[in-house]
Amino acid sequence: MSAALLTFFALATLATVGALSLILQRHPIHSALSLIVVMVAIAGLYLLMGAEFVAAVQIIVYGGAIMVLFIFVIMLLNAGVEERTDFSKLAKFGGLPLALALTGLLAAAMVRHGSAIPNPDTPGALASTETLSTLLFTTFVYPFELTSFLILVAIMGALVLAQREKN
Amino acid sequence: MVPTQYYLVLSAILFGLGAVAFVFRRNIITIFMSIELMLNAVNLAFVAFSQARGKLDGQIFVLFVIVVAAAEAAVGLGIIILTARNRQSLNVERVDLLKL
Repeated sequence: MSAALLTFFALATLATVGALSLILQRHPIHSALSLIVVMVAIAGLYLLMGAEFVAAVQIIVYGGAIMVLFIFVIMLLNAGVEERTDFSKLAKFGGLPLALALTGLLAAAMVRHGSAIPNPDTPGALASTETLSTLLFTTFVYPFELTSFLILVAIMGALVLAQREKN
Repeated sequence: MVPTQYYLVLSAILFGLGAVAFVFRRNIITIFMSIELMLNAVNLAFVAFSQARGKLDGQIFVLFVIVVAAAEAAVGLGIIILTARNRQSLNVERVDLLKL
């Protein structure tokens, strides 16, 4: 087994355990910390695939900005341990089998048809940050400009929603 | 070299776990976090396909998904703060104004 494969299995186990922990923890702050573990593991997988820029953005934006926002909101609202309520019958008996069926179906499709997908032979040769940025500022320049507008709208929306009501 | 298939299977597993968390958790913040988990799983598949096909478009798409996720988190958490302030609770079962 090669070093790359070993690293993959270590990171994949870390991500899966983190995701399971997200489900099983009862306190939202523990779930948030588990999600940070998953995101760092996925950033490691991006590095393994040779996508350095995406890995850096994953750490900075997801692991940094978004999760800090989540933890701030959890602390702001003083969220405690989740209270148990009765599930609806549909969720109780249909939810878990259906979710497992979804996972199994997706994974089975990947296993069956995945061999048709070519494997990259030279990792990292493709994804230099220079080519990525050239593509972003030439072919995808209009979507890129639109995202800045989207962020502006999101800032205004968040401000309007979260401001204290004036009587 | 790790086969592309492995990444795709991991992506499917993470997406399924996110869906389970979305259905079974009662805390509105945790439900929101499971959406982020599913977005991450899809991003992983995007990058894996991008590497397999030898084209960078998939990675560009991941960058856009991350931007949209950041905007979504800002607006969504604003809505969560508003709901928690009005209902005095983070339990989604308590937000039942539209329920018959």
